[in-house]
Amino acid sequence: MSHLARTASRRYRNPWRRYLFRATLHATLIAMGVAFCVPFVWLVGSSLKEPAQIWVYPPEWIPHPVRWANYTEALAKINFLRLALNTLTVSVFFTLGLAFSASFCAYGFAKLQFPGRDLIFMVLLSTTMLPGIVLMIPQFIMFKYLGWIDTYLPLIVPVYFGGGAFNTFLLRQFYRTIPAELSDAARIDGCSEFGIYARIILPLAKPALTAVSIFGFLFAWNDFMGPLIYINSEAKKTIALGLGAFVNVYQTQWNWLMAASVTMTLPTVLIFLAAQRYFVQGIVLTGMRG
Amino acid sequence: MVERTCEMRREAHMPRLAPRPANRLSGRRRREIALGYLFISPAILGLVVWTVGPLVFSIWLAFQDWDIVSTARFVGLENFRTALFGDEFFWISLWVTFKYTIVSVPTTLTVSFLLALLLNANVRGMPVYRTLFYMPSLTPAVAGAALWKWIYNPEYGLANYFLRQLGLPKLNWLFDPVWVMPALWLMNLWGAGGGTVIFLAGLQGVPKEYYDAASIDGANAWGRFRHITIPMVSPIIFYNLIIGIINTFQVFTAGYLMTNGGPSNATLFYVLYLYRNAFKWLNMGYASALAWILFLLVLVVTMFVFKYIGQMVYYQEEIRA
Repeated sequence: MSHLARTASRRYRNPWRRYLFRATLHATLIAMGVAFCVPFVWLVGSSLKEPAQIWVYPPEWIPHPVRWANYTEALAKINFLRLALNTLTVSVFFTLGLAFSASFCAYGFAKLQFPGRDLIFMVLLSTTMLPGIVLMIPQFIMFKYLGWIDTYLPLIVPVYFGGGAFNTFLLRQFYRTIPAELSDAARIDGCSEFGIYARIILPLAKPALTAVSIFGFLFAWNDFMGPLIYINSEAKKTIALGLGAFVNVYQTQWNWLMAASVTMTLPTVLIFLAAQRYFVQGIVLTGMRG
Repeated sequence: MVERTCEMRREAHMPRLAPRPANRLSGRRRREIALGYLFISPAILGLVVWTVGPLVFSIWLAFQDWDIVSTARFVGLENFRTALFGDEFFWISLWVTFKYTIVSVPTTLTVSFLLALLLNANVRGMPVYRTLFYMPSLTPAVAGAALWKWIYNPEYGLANYFLRQLGLPKLNWLFDPVWVMPALWLMNLWGAGGGTVIFLAGLQGVPKEYYDAASIDGANAWGRFRHITIPMVSPIIFYNLIIGIINTFQVFTAGYLMTNGGPSNATLFYVLYLYRNAFKWLNMGYASALAWILFLLVLVVTMFVFKYIGQMVYYQEEIRA
């Protein structure tokens, strides 16, 4: 039993007071839940309304009639299939690089002994505190000289070098909970360090690796500023860019805008619901920082 | 724990090992060192190419007048002088960002922590609530911006509907220089659930025995909260505070998509102004100087927080060691 609940059972021996405590708790939670939900209900509701029903006061919650055409029209207008394919390409290659690189480097930091290891790790971790904006301009100029502007390379390539310090940190934390006896046994049997990494540590670290990869995928899927700076041509735009432009062009077509917003949000929510277990795992890892 | 002691002992030997000729190390040990560097080499390469290199380049840039196209011209401290003494928009953007941060960081932290405390009370349906609170932080920033722009619509939006239901006068929200900031604070609060899940994980990691022991010693609910819960999750609170400050200082998408800095520069966030300088007007040198000013500012604030709030953080590891 958790702390507050125990408080309740101990302090309010009187069942009525205990009941009151639980009731207040639930009432507060339900109120907060509704408050967090209302924007979503409004979002989905608006996405299915006739334009005429958008412009009424007081606002109506339930779309009547339900107008699915908002979706087909909006998605055709922003060329959604193209955008989704582009975004998927970036997100998949980004996530692959993150998973490979972070899991590989974390092995060195967690399981091998060499001089300067912890110092290098601290330096690496301290870069997560660096405001990203400081690096944006010099990186942009570097990519310009490399001829990478208006390609996906600036969004994808850097993550292949280390997979992001924070991800390396999370995986290192997880690796350290794997008993050394396992790797030692494999070493005695003649297994190389690469073998130990690939055949023992990686399979055991799958939950953590999945968590880190999902967070990485969602980051790439939702990223707005990166594509805004590096992608210019219409054919290469990501969903975030396409929707961003859509917001400015169809300022008043709220039914279309909301339909496009729902479509962009839906994959993230589905991924979350499908992989909730790993999400929680990843969040627990984040909490291990203390 | 055992593993750590071994590591420490080995590291304690390191200074004595280092001056010796390399061939005194066993072959196996040498191979381990080489492999170690091999495994972390992508990270080191990335650190040099994508972080340290650009950082040095950025320092150089901050002292130049450069539009990428023509040749760069060294101007000394001119960029910094212009920002601090000759550019009113610099100060406006700084003030706007400060106003946003000073309210957004504490409110988000408080709400997400309170939600986590409620969820930790062993309620039925906790995973459902957790999902509910977490969903807004899953929403892509662009989709969120579109949604809230509609919510804040002065005539047909939800926000004014609720105000009028409460008998309050309606507001112009995003079109009103006074109310645009509270509108963004509120919108930011909607994403507080991202912190809630982290706090909840921390709260559930507090050993139950601590509470039992305290109860036996006669601690009441407040005492247990104050002397067990708070210290045990204080590292997470502190971490969220630091990251919250760093991220909030760099807020961009809301100002860019919802208000485009307006009305009358009321949402001209620092990074938005920096973005315009760099990518709209191609003032690469000036924008780099702005970036460094922001960096130094964030550094000072973070160090201040480390000094005055960091000492309140309780680290269990230290006590054990």
